[in-house]
Amino acid sequence: MKIAVCVKAVPDTEANIKVAGDASSIDLNGIKFVTSPFDEFAIEEAITLKEKQGGETTVISLGGAECTDVLRDSLARGIDTAIHVNDPDLVNLDPLTAAKVLAKVIKEGNFDLVLCGQQGVGGDNSQLPSILAELLDMPQATLVVKLEIADGKFKAEREIEGAHEIIEGSLPVVISAQKGLNEPRYPSIKGVMAARKKTIDVKNLDALGMKGTVGQDTRRAVIKKMMMPPERAQGKMIEGDADTQAKTLISLLKTEARVL
Amino acid sequence: MANGTLVFIEQRDGHIKKASLETLCQAKKLNNAGPVSAVIVGEKAKELAAQVQKYAPEKIYVLEGSEYSNYSTEAYADALDKAIKTADPKFVFAAHTAMAKDLIPRVAARFDAACISDVMEFQAENGCLNPVRPMYSGKCYGMYDIKSAIGFITIRPNVFALDAAQDAHQAPVEELKAEAKTPRAKVTSVHKAEGQKLELGEASIIVSGGRGIKGPENWNVLQDLCDAMGGALGASRAVVDAGWIDHQFQVGQTGKTVSPQLYIACGISGAIQHLAGMSSSKIIVAINKDKDAPIFKYANYGVVGDIFEILPKVTAEVKKMKEGQ
Repeated sequence: MKIAVCVKAVPDTEANIKVAGDASSIDLNGIKFVTSPFDEFAIEEAITLKEKQGGETTVISLGGAECTDVLRDSLARGIDTAIHVNDPDLVNLDPLTAAKVLAKVIKEGNFDLVLCGQQGVGGDNSQLPSILAELLDMPQATLVVKLEIADGKFKAEREIEGAHEIIEGSLPVVISAQKGLNEPRYPSIKGVMAARKKTIDVKNLDALGMKGTVGQDTRRAVIKKMMMPPERAQGKMIEGDADTQAKTLISLLKTEARVL
Repeated sequence: MANGTLVFIEQRDGHIKKASLETLCQAKKLNNAGPVSAVIVGEKAKELAAQVQKYAPEKIYVLEGSEYSNYSTEAYADALDKAIKTADPKFVFAAHTAMAKDLIPRVAARFDAACISDVMEFQAENGCLNPVRPMYSGKCYGMYDIKSAIGFITIRPNVFALDAAQDAHQAPVEELKAEAKTPRAKVTSVHKAEGQKLELGEASIIVSGGRGIKGPENWNVLQDLCDAMGGALGASRAVVDAGWIDHQFQVGQTGKTVSPQLYIACGISGAIQHLAGMSSSKIIVAINKDKDAPIFKYANYGVVGDIFEILPKVTAEVKKMKEGQ
Protein backbone atom coordinates (compact mmCIF):
# COMPACT_ATOMS: atom_id res chain seq x y z
CA MET A 1 0.00 0.00 0.00
CA LYS A 2 1.27 3.47 -0.91
CA ILE A 3 0.34 6.13 1.63
CA ALA A 4 0.64 9.90 1.16
CA VAL A 5 0.44 12.26 4.12
CA CYS A 6 -0.10 15.98 3.50
CA VAL A 7 1.41 18.14 6.22
CA LYS A 8 1.49 21.85 6.82
CA ALA A 9 4.00 23.98 8.71
CA VAL A 10 2.03 26.33 10.95
CA PRO A 11 2.80 28.82 13.73
CA ASP A 12 3.05 27.13 17.13
CA THR A 13 -0.33 27.15 18.93
CA GLU A 14 1.30 28.89 21.92
CA ALA A 15 2.33 31.81 19.69
CA ASN A 16 0.87 35.26 20.04
CA ILE A 17 -0.49 36.22 16.63
CA LYS A 18 -0.26 39.82 15.41
CA VAL A 19 -1.43 41.21 12.11
CA ALA A 20 1.48 42.48 9.98
CA GLY A 21 1.81 46.04 8.66
CA ASP A 22 0.30 45.08 5.28
CA ALA A 23 -2.95 44.16 7.13
CA SER A 24 -3.29 41.03 5.00
CA SER A 25 -0.90 38.60 6.66
CA ILE A 26 0.46 37.85 10.12
CA ASP A 27 3.68 39.18 11.60
CA LEU A 28 6.13 36.26 11.37
CA ASN A 29 8.68 37.92 13.64
CA GLY A 30 9.62 35.45 16.37
CA ILE A 31 7.09 32.86 15.21
CA LYS A 32 8.20 29.24 15.49
CA PHE A 33 6.74 26.85 12.92
CA VAL A 34 5.58 23.37 13.86
CA THR A 35 3.73 20.50 12.19
CA SER A 36 0.04 21.37 12.28
CA PRO A 37 -1.20 19.39 15.34
CA PHE A 38 -3.92 17.54 13.41
CA ASP A 39 -1.33 16.43 10.82
CA GLU A 40 0.53 14.61 13.60
CA PHE A 41 -2.40 12.18 13.83
CA ALA A 42 -2.24 11.62 10.06
CA ILE A 43 1.52 10.94 10.23
CA GLU A 44 1.10 8.52 13.13
CA GLU A 45 -1.69 6.65 11.34
CA ALA A 46 0.47 6.25 8.21
CA ILE A 47 3.39 4.88 10.22
CA THR A 48 1.19 2.48 12.20
CA LEU A 49 -0.48 1.19 9.03
CA LYS A 50 2.91 0.60 7.43
CA GLU A 51 4.18 -1.21 10.50
CA LYS A 52 1.16 -3.53 10.46
CA GLN A 53 0.59 -4.01 6.75
CA GLY A 54 3.80 -2.96 5.02
CA GLY A 55 3.99 -0.46 2.19
CA GLU A 56 5.53 2.90 1.53
CA THR A 57 4.87 6.22 3.21
CA THR A 58 5.48 9.66 1.72
CA VAL A 59 5.01 13.00 3.38
CA ILE A 60 4.21 16.01 1.20
CA SER A 61 4.35 19.65 2.23
CA LEU A 62 3.75 22.82 0.26
CA GLY A 63 5.39 26.05 1.35
CA GLY A 64 8.68 27.83 1.90
CA ALA A 65 11.74 27.12 4.04
CA GLU A 66 9.53 26.57 7.12
CA CYS A 67 8.52 23.16 5.69
CA THR A 68 12.01 21.64 5.89
CA ASP A 69 12.04 21.05 9.66
CA VAL A 70 8.47 19.79 9.56
CA LEU A 71 9.34 17.27 6.82
CA ARG A 72 12.47 16.16 8.73
CA ASP A 73 10.32 15.67 11.81
CA SER A 74 7.97 13.39 9.84
CA LEU A 75 10.94 11.40 8.53
CA ALA A 76 12.32 11.14 12.08
CA ARG A 77 9.03 9.68 13.26
CA GLY A 78 9.28 6.96 10.60
CA ILE A 79 7.90 8.24 7.28
CA ASP A 80 9.98 6.84 4.37
CA THR A 81 10.24 9.73 1.92
CA ALA A 82 9.48 13.44 1.78
CA ILE A 83 8.42 15.78 -1.02
CA HIS A 84 8.67 19.55 -0.57
CA VAL A 85 6.76 21.65 -3.10
CA ASN A 86 8.42 25.05 -3.01
CA ASP A 87 7.95 27.78 -5.58
CA PRO A 88 7.91 31.58 -5.27
CA ASP A 89 4.49 31.60 -6.99
CA LEU A 90 3.00 29.50 -4.18
CA VAL A 91 2.62 31.95 -1.30
CA ASN A 92 -0.54 33.03 0.54
CA LEU A 93 -2.65 30.48 -1.31
CA ASP A 94 -6.28 29.64 -0.78
CA PRO A 95 -7.11 25.99 0.00
CA LEU A 96 -8.32 25.33 -3.57
CA THR A 97 -5.06 26.47 -5.20
CA ALA A 98 -2.95 24.56 -2.66
CA ALA A 99 -5.08 21.46 -3.30
CA LYS A 100 -4.58 21.74 -7.07
CA VAL A 101 -0.79 21.54 -6.60
CA LEU A 102 -0.94 18.76 -4.01
CA ALA A 103 -3.37 16.78 -6.19
CA LYS A 104 -0.83 16.86 -9.02
CA VAL A 105 1.89 15.46 -6.74
CA ILE A 106 -0.46 12.79 -5.39
CA LYS A 107 -1.59 11.73 -8.88
CA GLU A 108 2.02 11.23 -9.94
CA GLY A 109 2.60 9.00 -6.92
CA ASN A 110 -0.35 6.64 -7.46
CA PHE A 111 -1.27 6.48 -3.79
CA ASP A 112 -3.87 4.12 -2.31
CA LEU A 113 -4.45 6.23 0.76
CA VAL A 114 -4.14 9.98 1.29
CA LEU A 115 -4.06 11.15 4.91
CA CYS A 116 -4.39 14.77 6.06
CA GLY A 117 -5.07 16.57 9.32
CA GLN A 118 -8.69 17.68 9.56
CA GLN A 119 -7.59 21.31 9.49
CA GLY A 120 -4.41 23.30 9.21
CA VAL A 121 -4.13 25.13 12.50
CA GLY A 122 -4.11 28.86 11.79
CA GLY A 123 -5.93 29.03 8.46
CA ASP A 124 -8.56 26.86 10.18
CA ASN A 125 -10.35 26.33 6.86
CA SER A 126 -10.92 22.60 7.20
CA GLN A 127 -11.30 22.38 3.41
CA LEU A 128 -8.22 20.77 1.91
CA PRO A 129 -9.10 17.07 2.42
CA SER A 130 -12.53 17.40 0.77
CA ILE A 131 -11.15 19.48 -2.11
CA LEU A 132 -8.34 16.95 -2.66
CA ALA A 133 -10.85 14.09 -2.78
CA GLU A 134 -12.86 15.95 -5.42
CA LEU A 135 -9.81 16.83 -7.54
CA LEU A 136 -8.47 13.27 -7.25
CA ASP A 137 -11.93 11.77 -7.87
CA MET A 138 -11.66 9.69 -4.70
CA PRO A 139 -14.16 9.01 -1.92
CA GLN A 140 -13.45 10.67 1.40
CA ALA A 141 -13.96 10.39 5.13
CA THR A 142 -13.25 13.49 7.20
CA LEU A 143 -12.90 14.11 10.97
CA VAL A 144 -11.91 10.48 11.42
CA VAL A 145 -11.23 9.13 14.94
CA LYS A 146 -10.81 5.45 14.01
CA LEU A 147 -9.58 3.81 10.81
CA GLU A 148 -9.34 0.25 9.56
CA ILE A 149 -7.88 -0.72 6.19
CA ALA A 150 -8.12 -4.23 4.75
CA ASP A 151 -8.41 -5.84 1.32
CA GLY A 152 -8.65 -2.61 -0.65
CA LYS A 153 -11.42 -1.31 1.61
CA PHE A 154 -11.64 1.13 4.48
CA LYS A 155 -13.86 1.52 7.50
CA ALA A 156 -13.70 4.88 9.24
CA GLU A 157 -15.38 6.30 12.30
CA ARG A 158 -16.19 9.96 11.84
CA GLU A 159 -17.02 12.50 14.52
CA ILE A 160 -20.25 14.43 13.99
CA GLU A 161 -22.41 16.47 16.39
CA GLY A 162 -23.28 14.20 19.31
CA ALA A 163 -22.56 10.97 17.40
CA HIS A 164 -20.09 8.95 15.38
CA GLU A 165 -20.76 7.83 11.81
CA ILE A 166 -19.25 4.63 10.44
CA ILE A 167 -18.23 5.08 6.81
CA GLU A 168 -17.26 2.17 4.61
CA GLY A 169 -15.87 2.27 1.11
CA SER A 170 -13.17 1.36 -1.33
CA LEU A 171 -9.58 2.54 -1.76
CA PRO A 172 -8.11 4.85 -2.89
CA VAL A 173 -9.54 7.30 -0.37
CA VAL A 174 -8.76 10.63 1.26
CA ILE A 175 -8.98 10.54 5.07
CA SER A 176 -8.77 13.55 7.38
CA ALA A 177 -7.59 12.91 10.93
CA GLN A 178 -9.29 14.30 14.02
CA LYS A 179 -7.78 14.36 17.50
CA GLY A 180 -8.50 10.97 19.08
CA LEU A 181 -7.43 8.89 16.06
CA ASN A 182 -4.21 7.82 17.83
CA GLU A 183 -1.44 8.99 20.14
CA PRO A 184 1.33 10.46 17.99
CA ARG A 185 4.79 9.18 18.88
CA TYR A 186 7.80 11.42 19.43
CA PRO A 187 10.72 10.94 17.07
CA SER A 188 13.44 8.66 18.54
CA ILE A 189 17.10 9.74 18.62
CA LYS A 190 17.79 7.01 16.08
CA GLY A 191 14.97 8.34 13.92
CA VAL A 192 16.31 11.87 14.09
CA MET A 193 19.79 10.68 13.05
CA ALA A 194 18.37 8.63 10.16
CA ALA A 195 16.19 11.53 9.00
CA ARG A 196 19.23 13.80 8.71
CA LYS A 197 20.72 11.48 6.10
CA LYS A 198 17.57 11.33 3.98
CA THR A 199 17.08 13.59 0.98
CA ILE A 200 13.98 15.71 0.73
CA ASP A 201 12.72 15.75 -2.86
CA VAL A 202 12.17 19.45 -3.60
CA LYS A 203 9.90 20.22 -6.54
CA ASN A 204 8.97 23.56 -8.05
CA LEU A 205 6.09 24.30 -10.43
CA ASP A 206 8.32 23.68 -13.48
CA ALA A 207 9.09 20.19 -12.24
CA LEU A 208 5.37 19.57 -11.81
CA GLY A 209 4.59 20.97 -15.27
CA MET A 210 2.35 23.59 -13.65
CA LYS A 211 4.35 26.81 -14.04
CA GLY A 212 2.01 29.65 -14.93
CA THR A 213 -1.15 27.60 -14.31
CA VAL A 214 -1.44 28.08 -10.55
CA GLY A 215 -0.51 30.87 -8.21
CA GLN A 216 -1.89 33.97 -6.59
CA ASP A 217 -3.90 34.85 -9.73
CA THR A 218 -5.79 31.56 -9.65
CA ARG A 219 -6.96 32.04 -6.06
CA ARG A 220 -10.73 32.11 -5.64
CA ALA A 221 -10.80 33.22 -1.98
CA VAL A 222 -8.47 36.10 -1.21
CA ILE A 223 -7.87 37.72 2.17
CA LYS A 224 -8.59 41.40 1.71
CA LYS A 225 -7.84 42.51 5.22
CA MET A 226 -6.77 40.97 8.53
CA MET A 227 -7.85 42.37 11.86
CA MET A 228 -7.19 41.77 15.52
CA PRO A 229 -10.25 40.70 17.56
CA PRO A 230 -12.16 43.49 19.28
CA GLU A 231 -10.84 44.20 22.78
CA ARG A 232 -13.06 42.78 25.48
CA ALA A 233 -14.40 45.36 27.89
CA GLN A 234 -12.94 45.45 31.40
CA GLY A 235 -14.83 42.90 33.46
CA LYS A 236 -16.31 43.05 36.95
CA MET A 237 -14.87 41.13 39.87
CA ILE A 238 -17.56 39.73 42.12
CA GLU A 239 -16.61 40.06 45.77
CA GLY A 240 -18.02 38.66 49.01
CA ASP A 241 -18.33 35.21 50.55
CA ALA A 242 -19.27 32.23 48.36
CA ASP A 243 -23.01 32.66 49.01
CA THR A 244 -22.95 36.33 48.01
CA GLN A 245 -20.74 35.62 44.97
CA ALA A 246 -23.12 32.92 43.71
CA LYS A 247 -26.23 35.09 44.21
CA THR A 248 -24.61 38.18 42.64
CA LEU A 249 -23.31 36.22 39.65
CA ILE A 250 -26.67 34.72 38.75
CA SER A 251 -28.43 38.02 39.29
CA LEU A 252 -25.95 39.83 36.96
CA LEU A 253 -26.17 37.12 34.30
CA LYS A 254 -29.94 37.44 34.35
CA THR A 255 -30.54 41.17 34.61
CA GLU A 256 -27.36 42.81 33.28
CA ALA A 257 -25.90 40.34 30.74
CA ARG A 258 -29.34 38.89 29.92
CA VAL A 259 -27.97 35.46 29.05
CA LEU A 260 -30.09 33.39 31.45
CA MET B 1 -26.64 35.09 -15.13
CA ALA B 2 -26.04 33.85 -11.64
CA ASN B 3 -28.15 35.60 -9.07
CA GLY B 4 -29.24 35.22 -5.46
CA THR B 5 -28.26 32.79 -2.72
CA LEU B 6 -29.00 29.11 -2.29
CA VAL B 7 -28.97 27.89 1.33
CA PHE B 8 -28.22 24.23 1.99
CA ILE B 9 -30.60 23.09 4.73
CA GLU B 10 -29.02 20.27 6.72
CA GLN B 11 -31.16 17.51 8.16
CA ARG B 12 -30.21 14.42 10.11
CA ASP B 13 -32.79 11.73 10.87
CA GLY B 14 -35.50 14.05 9.58
CA HIS B 15 -34.53 16.88 11.95
CA ILE B 16 -33.55 20.19 10.45
CA LYS B 17 -30.51 21.86 12.03
CA LYS B 18 -31.32 25.12 13.74
CA ALA B 19 -28.02 26.50 12.45
CA SER B 20 -29.24 25.98 8.85
CA LEU B 21 -32.29 28.12 9.59
CA GLU B 22 -30.05 30.77 11.19
CA THR B 23 -28.05 30.71 7.96
CA LEU B 24 -31.21 31.18 5.87
CA CYS B 25 -32.34 34.11 8.05
CA GLN B 26 -28.92 35.75 7.85
CA ALA B 27 -28.75 35.37 4.04
CA LYS B 28 -32.08 37.18 3.78
CA LYS B 29 -30.69 40.12 5.76
CA LEU B 30 -27.79 40.66 3.35
CA ASN B 31 -28.76 43.05 0.57
CA ASN B 32 -25.94 41.79 -1.62
CA ALA B 33 -27.09 38.18 -1.34
CA GLY B 34 -30.14 38.72 -3.59
CA PRO B 35 -33.23 36.50 -3.49
CA VAL B 36 -32.69 33.57 -1.13
CA SER B 37 -33.80 30.02 -1.94
CA ALA B 38 -33.25 26.81 0.05
CA VAL B 39 -32.39 23.22 -0.81
CA ILE B 40 -33.20 20.20 1.36
CA VAL B 41 -31.62 16.82 0.67
CA GLY B 42 -32.94 13.80 2.54
CA GLU B 43 -34.94 10.62 2.57
CA LYS B 44 -38.07 12.63 3.43
CA ALA B 45 -37.02 16.07 2.25
CA LYS B 46 -40.47 17.05 0.97
CA GLU B 47 -42.20 16.88 4.33
CA LEU B 48 -39.43 19.00 5.88
CA ALA B 49 -40.16 21.85 3.47
CA ALA B 50 -43.00 23.08 5.73
CA GLN B 51 -40.50 23.86 8.51
CA VAL B 52 -38.32 25.83 6.10
CA GLN B 53 -41.34 27.81 4.78
CA LYS B 54 -41.57 29.45 8.21
CA TYR B 55 -38.38 31.39 7.44
CA ALA B 56 -39.73 32.56 4.10
CA PRO B 57 -37.31 31.60 1.31
CA GLU B 58 -38.26 32.57 -2.27
CA LYS B 59 -38.21 28.96 -3.36
CA ILE B 60 -37.47 25.54 -1.92
CA TYR B 61 -35.73 22.78 -3.85
CA VAL B 62 -36.00 19.22 -2.56
CA LEU B 63 -34.03 16.11 -3.44
CA GLU B 64 -35.64 13.08 -1.91
CA GLY B 65 -34.84 9.37 -1.99
CA SER B 66 -33.56 6.39 -0.05
CA GLU B 67 -30.03 7.17 -1.28
CA TYR B 68 -30.07 10.09 1.18
CA SER B 69 -31.24 8.11 4.23
CA ASN B 70 -27.70 8.21 5.63
CA TYR B 71 -25.19 10.87 4.76
CA SER B 72 -22.93 10.12 1.82
CA THR B 73 -20.47 12.78 0.65
CA GLU B 74 -20.76 11.75 -2.97
CA ALA B 75 -24.57 11.41 -3.11
CA TYR B 76 -25.10 14.68 -1.25
CA ALA B 77 -22.50 16.44 -3.41
CA ASP B 78 -24.31 15.28 -6.55
CA ALA B 79 -27.63 16.45 -5.09
CA LEU B 80 -26.28 19.89 -4.18
CA ASP B 81 -24.55 20.11 -7.56
CA LYS B 82 -27.91 19.49 -9.25
CA ALA B 83 -29.64 22.16 -7.15
CA ILE B 84 -26.91 24.70 -7.89
CA LYS B 85 -27.07 24.05 -11.63
CA THR B 86 -30.86 24.50 -11.50
CA ALA B 87 -30.99 27.58 -9.25
CA ASP B 88 -27.83 29.22 -10.70
CA PRO B 89 -27.08 31.23 -7.53
CA LYS B 90 -24.24 33.69 -6.97
CA PHE B 91 -23.69 32.34 -3.45
CA VAL B 92 -24.22 29.03 -1.69
CA PHE B 93 -24.55 29.22 2.09
CA ALA B 94 -24.52 26.41 4.67
CA ALA B 95 -24.13 26.18 8.44
CA HIS B 96 -20.55 25.30 9.46
CA THR B 97 -21.17 21.81 10.84
CA ALA B 98 -19.44 18.43 10.51
CA MET B 99 -21.55 17.75 7.41
CA ALA B 100 -20.76 21.11 5.81
CA LYS B 101 -17.03 20.76 6.54
CA ASP B 102 -17.16 17.48 4.64
CA LEU B 103 -19.49 18.48 1.80
CA ILE B 104 -19.21 22.16 0.92
CA PRO B 105 -15.48 22.38 0.00
CA ARG B 106 -15.91 19.35 -2.25
CA VAL B 107 -18.80 20.92 -4.14
CA ALA B 108 -17.00 24.29 -4.27
CA ALA B 109 -14.00 22.57 -5.88
CA ARG B 110 -16.33 21.09 -8.50
CA PHE B 111 -17.30 24.66 -9.45
CA ASP B 112 -13.67 25.84 -9.20
CA ALA B 113 -15.02 28.32 -6.68
CA ALA B 114 -14.14 30.17 -3.49
CA CYS B 115 -15.07 28.47 -0.24
CA ILE B 116 -15.01 30.59 2.90
CA SER B 117 -15.55 28.65 6.12
CA ASP B 118 -16.86 29.50 9.55
CA VAL B 119 -17.99 33.06 8.81
CA MET B 120 -19.05 35.10 11.86
CA GLU B 121 -19.76 38.48 10.33
CA PHE B 122 -20.45 40.28 7.05
CA GLN B 123 -19.14 43.80 6.50
CA ALA B 124 -20.99 44.15 3.19
CA GLU B 125 -20.41 47.26 1.10
CA ASN B 126 -20.18 48.30 -2.56
CA GLY B 127 -21.68 45.08 -3.83
CA CYS B 128 -19.18 42.90 -1.88
CA LEU B 129 -20.35 40.56 0.86
CA ASN B 130 -17.03 40.91 2.74
CA PRO B 131 -17.41 37.82 4.92
CA VAL B 132 -15.25 37.89 8.05
CA ARG B 133 -13.99 34.73 9.72
CA PRO B 134 -11.74 33.89 12.64
CA MET B 135 -8.24 32.63 11.92
CA TYR B 136 -5.81 31.11 14.43
CA SER B 137 -8.96 30.13 16.37
CA GLY B 138 -9.87 33.77 16.80
CA LYS B 139 -6.43 35.24 17.58
CA CYS B 140 -7.13 37.33 14.47
CA TYR B 141 -9.82 37.72 11.81
CA GLY B 142 -9.76 37.79 8.01
CA MET B 143 -12.09 39.57 5.60
CA TYR B 144 -12.39 37.84 2.24
CA ASP B 145 -12.89 38.66 -1.40
CA ILE B 146 -14.59 36.14 -3.66
CA LYS B 147 -12.87 35.84 -7.04
CA SER B 148 -15.11 33.23 -8.65
CA ALA B 149 -18.49 33.40 -10.41
CA ILE B 150 -20.05 31.56 -7.49
CA GLY B 151 -18.96 31.73 -3.85
CA PHE B 152 -19.51 29.13 -1.11
CA ILE B 153 -19.82 30.32 2.47
CA THR B 154 -20.30 28.34 5.67
CA ILE B 155 -21.61 30.15 8.72
CA ARG B 156 -20.81 29.51 12.36
CA PRO B 157 -23.80 28.17 14.33
CA ASN B 158 -25.22 30.27 17.16
CA VAL B 159 -23.83 33.59 15.93
CA PHE B 160 -26.71 34.87 13.81
CA ALA B 161 -30.24 35.18 15.14
CA LEU B 162 -33.26 33.20 14.04
CA ASP B 163 -36.16 35.37 12.85
CA ALA B 164 -39.68 34.94 14.17
CA ALA B 165 -41.35 32.05 12.34
CA GLN B 166 -44.02 33.02 9.79
CA ASP B 167 -47.07 30.84 9.37
CA ALA B 168 -48.54 31.90 6.06
CA HIS B 169 -45.50 31.77 3.78
CA GLN B 170 -45.88 29.44 0.81
CA ALA B 171 -42.83 29.48 -1.45
CA PRO B 172 -42.97 27.20 -4.48
CA VAL B 173 -41.39 23.77 -3.86
CA GLU B 174 -39.57 22.14 -6.77
CA GLU B 175 -38.45 18.55 -6.67
CA LEU B 176 -35.18 17.72 -8.39
CA LYS B 177 -33.50 14.40 -9.20
CA ALA B 178 -29.76 13.94 -9.33
CA GLU B 179 -28.28 11.36 -11.65
CA ALA B 180 -28.24 7.99 -9.87
CA LYS B 181 -24.71 6.77 -9.15
CA THR B 182 -23.34 4.25 -6.69
CA PRO B 183 -21.20 6.10 -4.13
CA ARG B 184 -17.81 4.54 -3.39
CA ALA B 185 -18.17 5.30 0.32
CA LYS B 186 -21.19 5.59 2.52
CA VAL B 187 -22.31 5.75 6.10
CA THR B 188 -23.32 2.27 7.23
CA SER B 189 -24.29 3.11 10.82
CA VAL B 190 -24.47 5.98 13.30
CA HIS B 191 -23.63 5.64 16.99
CA LYS B 192 -24.92 8.26 19.39
CA ALA B 193 -22.16 9.52 21.64
CA GLU B 194 -22.53 8.72 25.32
CA GLY B 195 -22.99 11.52 27.79
CA GLN B 196 -22.96 14.80 25.93
CA LYS B 197 -26.41 15.44 24.46
CA LEU B 198 -25.71 18.93 23.29
CA GLU B 199 -22.82 19.53 20.90
CA LEU B 200 -20.29 22.18 21.96
CA GLY B 201 -20.52 24.12 18.72
CA GLU B 202 -24.29 24.32 18.97
CA ALA B 203 -24.62 25.04 22.69
CA SER B 204 -25.61 28.54 23.79
CA ILE B 205 -24.22 27.90 27.29
CA ILE B 206 -20.95 26.08 27.99
CA VAL B 207 -19.56 25.18 31.41
CA SER B 208 -15.90 24.30 30.99
CA GLY B 209 -13.39 22.76 33.39
CA GLY B 210 -9.62 22.85 33.66
CA ARG B 211 -6.94 21.59 36.05
CA GLY B 212 -8.72 23.31 38.91
CA ILE B 213 -11.27 20.51 39.00
CA LYS B 214 -8.46 18.38 40.50
CA GLY B 215 -9.44 15.07 38.94
CA PRO B 216 -11.80 13.22 36.59
CA GLU B 217 -14.00 12.18 39.53
CA ASN B 218 -15.14 15.79 39.95
CA TRP B 219 -16.88 16.47 36.63
CA ASN B 220 -20.25 16.01 38.35
CA VAL B 221 -19.82 19.41 40.04
CA LEU B 222 -19.72 21.02 36.57
CA GLN B 223 -22.25 18.64 35.05
CA ASP B 224 -24.81 19.63 37.72
CA LEU B 225 -24.48 23.28 36.71
CA CYS B 226 -24.64 22.30 33.02
CA ASP B 227 -27.85 20.37 33.58
CA ALA B 228 -29.41 23.17 35.60
CA MET B 229 -28.59 25.72 32.90
CA GLY B 230 -29.25 23.48 29.90
CA GLY B 231 -25.66 23.87 28.70
CA ALA B 232 -22.89 21.68 27.35
CA LEU B 233 -19.75 20.56 29.14
CA GLY B 234 -16.36 21.74 27.86
CA ALA B 235 -12.75 21.19 28.90
CA SER B 236 -9.26 22.66 28.57
CA ARG B 237 -6.52 20.87 26.65
CA ALA B 238 -4.62 20.17 29.87
CA VAL B 239 -7.38 17.95 31.27
CA VAL B 240 -8.03 16.26 27.89
CA ASP B 241 -4.33 15.44 27.53
CA ALA B 242 -4.31 14.20 31.13
CA GLY B 243 -7.05 11.76 30.13
CA TRP B 244 -9.67 13.21 32.50
CA ILE B 245 -12.21 13.57 29.67
CA ASP B 246 -12.59 12.70 25.97
CA HIS B 247 -11.12 15.06 23.34
CA GLN B 248 -14.56 15.84 21.88
CA PHE B 249 -15.08 18.14 24.89
CA GLN B 250 -11.92 20.16 24.24
CA VAL B 251 -12.27 23.90 23.66
CA GLY B 252 -9.27 25.66 22.13
CA GLN B 253 -6.99 25.80 19.17
CA THR B 254 -6.60 22.04 18.80
CA GLY B 255 -10.16 21.40 19.97
CA LYS B 256 -13.30 23.30 19.15
CA THR B 257 -13.64 27.03 18.69
CA VAL B 258 -16.89 28.11 20.27
CA SER B 259 -18.92 31.30 20.61
CA PRO B 260 -21.81 30.64 23.00
CA GLN B 261 -23.91 33.29 24.67
CA LEU B 262 -22.40 32.29 28.01
CA TYR B 263 -19.08 30.57 28.71
CA ILE B 264 -18.28 29.66 32.31
CA ALA B 265 -14.60 28.76 32.78
CA CYS B 266 -14.10 26.82 36.01
CA GLY B 267 -10.57 26.27 37.27
CA ILE B 268 -9.13 27.22 33.86
CA SER B 269 -6.11 29.50 34.05
CA GLY B 270 -6.41 30.64 30.42
CA ALA B 271 -3.56 29.33 28.25
CA ILE B 272 -3.39 31.30 25.01
CA GLN B 273 -4.56 28.37 22.90
CA HIS B 274 -7.63 27.95 25.15
CA LEU B 275 -8.44 31.68 25.12
CA ALA B 276 -8.28 31.58 21.31
CA GLY B 277 -11.01 28.96 21.27
CA MET B 278 -13.55 30.78 23.45
CA SER B 279 -12.80 34.50 23.45
CA SER B 280 -15.58 35.23 20.93
CA SER B 281 -18.19 34.08 23.47
CA LYS B 282 -20.71 36.81 24.25
CA ILE B 283 -20.36 36.66 28.04
CA ILE B 284 -17.44 34.98 29.80
CA VAL B 285 -17.47 34.08 33.48
CA ALA B 286 -14.24 32.95 35.12
CA ILE B 287 -14.15 31.16 38.45
CA ASN B 288 -10.63 30.51 39.68
CA LYS B 289 -8.71 30.36 42.95
CA ASP B 290 -5.80 32.34 41.51
CA LYS B 291 -6.70 36.03 41.23
CA ASP B 292 -3.84 36.52 38.76
CA ALA B 293 -5.03 33.85 36.31
CA PRO B 294 -4.92 35.26 32.72
CA ILE B 295 -8.53 34.15 32.15
CA PHE B 296 -9.76 37.07 34.31
CA LYS B 297 -8.54 39.55 31.67
CA TYR B 298 -11.07 38.06 29.25
CA ALA B 299 -13.94 37.63 31.69
CA ASN B 300 -17.00 39.87 31.89
CA TYR B 301 -17.51 38.55 35.41
CA GLY B 302 -14.75 37.18 37.58
CA VAL B 303 -15.13 35.19 40.75
CA VAL B 304 -12.02 34.47 42.83
CA GLY B 305 -12.72 31.41 44.90
CA ASP B 306 -12.86 27.66 45.27
CA ILE B 307 -14.99 26.10 42.51
CA PHE B 308 -16.01 23.26 44.84
CA GLU B 309 -17.49 25.77 47.23
CA ILE B 310 -18.96 28.20 44.68
CA LEU B 311 -20.32 25.98 41.88
CA PRO B 312 -22.89 24.06 44.01
CA LYS B 313 -24.18 27.40 45.28
CA VAL B 314 -24.40 28.77 41.72
CA THR B 315 -26.25 25.61 40.65
CA ALA B 316 -28.70 26.06 43.53
CA GLU B 317 -29.28 29.70 42.52
CA VAL B 318 -29.97 28.68 38.90
CA LYS B 319 -32.47 26.04 40.06
CA LYS B 320 -34.16 28.57 42.32
CA MET B 321 -34.38 31.05 39.45
CA LYS B 322 -35.83 28.44 37.07
CA GLU B 323 -38.42 27.37 39.62
CA GLY B 324 -39.45 30.99 40.05
CA GLN B 325 -40.08 31.40 36.32
